[in-house]
This record gives sequence, structure tokens and C-alpha cells, in this order.
Amino acid sequence: MMKNILATIGAAGLAIAVAVSGASAAEDAETPHYPIKKPREQSWSFAGPFGTYDKGQLQRGLKVYTEVCAACHSLKRVPFRALGELGYTDEQVKSFAAAYEVEDGPNSEGEMFTRPALPTDTFPGPYSNDEEAKLANNGALPPDFSLIAKARAVERGFPKFVFDIFTQYAEGGPDYIYSLLMGYGEEPPANIEILEGLHYNPYFIAGPALAMAQPLYDESVEYDDGTPATLDQQARDVSAFLMWAAEPHLGERKEMGFRVMIFLILFAAFLYVAKRQVWSRVEH
Amino acid sequence: MSKFESHGSYTPATGFGKWIDARMPLPRLMHDSFVAYPVPRNLNYAYTFGGMLSIMLVAQILTGIVLAMHYTSSIDTAFSSVESIMRDVNSGWLLRYLHSNGASFFFIAVYLHIFRGMYYGSYKAPRELLWILGCIIYLLMMATAFMGYVLPWGQMSYWGAQVITGFFTAFPVVGEPIQQLLLGGFAVDEPTLNRFFSLHYLLPFMIAGVVILHVWALHVTGQTNPTGIEVKTKTDTIPFTPYATIKDAFALIVFFIAFAYFVFYIPNYLGHPDNYIEANPLVTPAHIVPEWYFLPFYAILRAITFNIGPIDSKLGGVLAMFGSIAVLFLLPWLDTSKIRSAVYRPWYKLFFWLFVADAIFLGWLGAKPAQGVYTLLAQLATAFYFAFFLIILPVLGLIETPRRTPNSITEAVLEKNKKRGRVAPSATPAE
Repeated sequence: MMKNILATIGAAGLAIAVAVSGASAAEDAETPHYPIKKPREQSWSFAGPFGTYDKGQLQRGLKVYTEVCAACHSLKRVPFRALGELGYTDEQVKSFAAAYEVEDGPNSEGEMFTRPALPTDTFPGPYSNDEEAKLANNGALPPDFSLIAKARAVERGFPKFVFDIFTQYAEGGPDYIYSLLMGYGEEPPANIEILEGLHYNPYFIAGPALAMAQPLYDESVEYDDGTPATLDQQARDVSAFLMWAAEPHLGERKEMGFRVMIFLILFAAFLYVAKRQVWSRVEH
Repeated sequence: MSKFESHGSYTPATGFGKWIDARMPLPRLMHDSFVAYPVPRNLNYAYTFGGMLSIMLVAQILTGIVLAMHYTSSIDTAFSSVESIMRDVNSGWLLRYLHSNGASFFFIAVYLHIFRGMYYGSYKAPRELLWILGCIIYLLMMATAFMGYVLPWGQMSYWGAQVITGFFTAFPVVGEPIQQLLLGGFAVDEPTLNRFFSLHYLLPFMIAGVVILHVWALHVTGQTNPTGIEVKTKTDTIPFTPYATIKDAFALIVFFIAFAYFVFYIPNYLGHPDNYIEANPLVTPAHIVPEWYFLPFYAILRAITFNIGPIDSKLGGVLAMFGSIAVLFLLPWLDTSKIRSAVYRPWYKLFFWLFVADAIFLGWLGAKPAQGVYTLLAQLATAFYFAFFLIILPVLGLIETPRRTPNSITEAVLEKNKKRGRVAPSATPAE
């Protein structure tokens, strides 16, 4: 019976595959597809079942964020205390936070006041509200970066999305950010018109061009650990940092996952043996 | 007396047990339902999803109750409260990923459970009510899952709620009042989120209630089995414990392995990236797509792009979508075959697998933009979906020549094992 079932599934699958490839081809002909180019898949330290964040990389990424991105992009859900996870001491976190001013109050006189930030505060944004942010950026709102690495992912399409289950591909966000940062400077194809004030980038998810000009160049920052600050290196580091900002418990999750899987597999094996033993008493 | 009450092998061992048994025989009920309860000896692993589903329901309720301790259902704080669960609450990320992926695995199990019921003809007399109760559970699950998806107040939450509540406006006269009642106003807003949270907390307990009725009905009629032949003698059955218990437990843990794989390694695979963007009524996402388990119905909704007489395409789509679920309720009467199991129905078996492929194909189409060739494919797939229930099933029962069915479950088992050349251990079925 199983053979029949498999044969039927196979036949149906083949029929669908044919229909699907026809459909995709037809769709391509009709509407432009964004992004124009698929993200370039990179190898990340946090990919795979044993992935963990590379603290050195996160520290470099933090530097890129604070010195470049933070001019326009907030990081409002990340508290300074979380920077301890990047390998900084409590003292370092305290002094890092103290370099920022945050508004507090009202005090006993009913006045709002500013004070140096504490580790319990979150990163203050560059603008006091969205309207101010838009005004400063030609009407475009620079998105908050706290979740950006999980909030952007280019559709994988069939059959990639099936393979992704088995390869544990979950790095669509950082791949996208990396590709976008590396994707400036190309000449737009002749058939694509770029509107005034927008910047062509074939990796942009929502159109041929975006409001943000190329933010990173070689040597945009100087790394404290002596790593050469190439564009590639900075794009990679800040993408990893943003993944951490969006999913700070990733390492803990995968570590616990390994223990849970080992337990479940052993338990399943034990139950299987028990089941065989119990059922050997009866024909079934 | 029904089978539910009559196994009667329970004998309380202690004085306390006797005291309880004379006053409120709950231990006896449990013993008769989950220990002595006779199940067919030939049940395969397709019959283990019911047990899994009840465990998943309990797991969803437990994780949900703890999540509700940290969640706030205000449009200004809902998204942030979910993020604080993910970042600051102890093991909050685990609870939340268990709950969100748990919903998906709940649906995986329920779809396999429904397909099993269809393959082995489990809905046929005398199990029509059992089947209908199952359909009601499925409907309640859909409502619960939809409202749960709105709670994180991301972009897909908001726009999904907008689209789904918008269905009701397709109905003339009553449509808009119904939509306003659902939303608590004229648009998706604070009252919507509050009532969805309240109902999302309530509905799982209603599901639990209907599950009890479902299990009760099951224990009255007894389980079906792969042969589709009713239990005739005692040799056809084995006691639930230890046989079904250990088999269900093994299947459950294998299911948990798949579940844990998603929770710990690809927790956002089944979600949508846009739901990590806070809801914004002013920005419409490029493609509004529901959760994967609604995609086949979404494809059916969008397949109706033409007017049918006085019914415009919008109402037609909504009717087709509701109809695709309503038709499930009629399944016991649409299938005219006297033979229960697909094992003995060669043509039904073929069409069953085509139906499964069609449902998966509709799911894929539901995630695609409704344009060009996709619309045509969705229309064809929708036509097959309804034809399966309304034409193929009734006609097939009348014209199909079934294969010879065995006389009893025991005969089927012994025959199969003989064919496989298995040495028969002295056939001592447990009592």
C-alpha cells in the first residue's frame, strides 16, 4: 500500500511542480519583482544548530551602529544592560550608557530634565518623534532597528522554502541587511527610472531604489580590535549585531534545543523499544 | 448500556477507592475510558493524532495562561509587551515560541487527523456526530488561531484582522452590523484587540468542552480501524492500556521532536517577517497573507473573481470559502459508498490522494499574489475541491467496485501477517 501512496504522491508532486514552474515564469513576465537581486547568502557564526554570536563581531557591529546607523535609526527596544552579553563589564556598560542623555521627570518642581543614561535605559533615538524623523529625511521614516533583522526577509520561493527546513536557514534577515549595504553603487538598468532623491539598490525589498543613500564605505569606522574596516567587514558586523538586537536569546535557545533534542530522541528510542515489547504479545 | 460505561473491569483496591466509587465514580470512568477501553488491535500510527491533539490543547492553554500574565491588550502596548516577553521575561522567548509554533503544530496534527478520518471513512454511520463534533472543534480552532494571531499587534496581525473581518461586509444587510460587532467599532482598533484577547482566552476552554463530547461520542461508537470493519468479537480488540497508551506516547514524542526542531532552530519559519513590524494603519503591507493553515481557504476566497448572477465576486468568494468548510459537515452523507476504508476502494484511494495534493496546492496558491495564472490555477483547484465532495464522492460510491473486505479485524490481521511470512505467536489477544 505504501508503494501506491508514494507513487501517487510522486505523480501529484510532479504535476504540481510543472504547473508551478509555469506559473513562476508567467509571473515574472507580468510584474517587476523586488528585490531585483536575491540576497547574497553569507556564512554566519550564529547559523546552524550550534550557532552562537561572535562577541568580537557584535562589539564591532555595535561600533558601526553607534557611529553610523544611529545618526538616523533608533534602537528603542534594546536596553544598555543587554550590552553585557557582548562581553563588556558592568563598568564598561555603565560608562557607555552615561555617554547618552535621556529625558526624565517630572522632578519635584514639575519639570522634565535630562540626565546621563543608566544601564536600565534603552538606546535613545536620534529624533524625538516620527514626524521630526521624516522631516529630517525627505519624508522617509528611518525604521527602528530593534527588530529589523527579523522584520525583513526576502521570499525564498519554491522549492527553496522546503529545503530551508532541513538546512535550518533562518538568516534571511542578516543576509538581506548585508546585501543591501553592499548593493549600492551599481548603475540602474536602462528600463528602470530612479526617482529624484532615491538611490538605486537591486537588493532593496520594496522597489528599485530607496531613500537611504549609501551609508557605509571602507573605513567608515575604525575598529578597536584592529580588524581592517572594509565595507564588507562593516556590513557583515552590523548585520550580525542587528540579528543579536532582534534575537538576543538565540544562543541560549539553540543550546537548550540541543539538550531537548537529545532527551526527546533518547526518550523516543526508549518508548519504541517498550512499544515493541508490549505489542509483541499480540498479533497486529 | 453504551460501551462508554460497560467495561466494568474496575475494582477499587482500597477502602478509600471503594468509598469514592460509591459516591462519584470518576476513577471508574477514567479506568473504563483510558485503561480497559477496548481498541481495535490493528490501529496504525495514523490513529495517534487524536491523543496528540489533546496534549497540544493542554500545552497551548498552559503556555497561553503564562503568556497572558505578561501580555497587555492595548494597541499602544501590545507589541511592546510581546517584545518584553521575548527579551526580559524569564524563558519568555521559549513560552512565546512554544505557543506560536504550537498553534502551527496543532494544525498540522489536526489536518493529519482529518485526512486520516477521510482515508478510513471514519465519518460514516454510526459516527456522523463524532465527525461533526470534530468539525466544530476545527472551526473553533480556526477562530482561536485567527484571534491569537492578532494579539501581537504586528502588521500582519492588524491587516489580517482588517481583511478577515471585512469578509462579513460581503453579506447584504446583516454584513456590516456583524462586522461592527466583531470590531467593536468601525475599524480595527482598541476595542477589537480587547475583545479578541478576551475571546482568545475563552475559546480554548470551549474547545476543551467539545473535545470531551468528541471523546464521549468516540467511546460510545468505538474507534474505526484501517479495515473499516466494526469490532465483532473480543479477539478483535485489545485494551487501551498498555497497547494504545504506549503507541500514542511514542508517536507523541516523535511529534514533539519535530515540534522542538521548529521551536529551537527555526522558530520564525512559519511566521511572517512583517509581524515583527508594529501595526500601522497607514501602511499596507505589499502582500497580506494569513497564517499557513488558512492559506487553502484564502486561495478559495480569492479564486472567485467573477459575478454569479446577483452574487458579486466578493460575496461569491466569501460563500465559497465558508462553503469549503461547511461541506465538511455534510461529508457523512455525501459519501455514498457502503465500504468504509479506502484500503478496499481503489478509485476512492486515488481521488483521496489527489484531494490531499489539491489541498496542499491550494495552500501554496494562497501565499501567491492573486493575479495572472495563479487565479486560473486557484479556480481549477477550487473546482476540484468542491467536485471531490459534491460529485466524486456521491458518484464513486455508486459505481466503484470495491475489493473484497475481510470478515473481521482478526482475520485481516492474521491474513496480513501470513502474507508477510511472519511466524504467528500463539494468538492470545489480551482480554
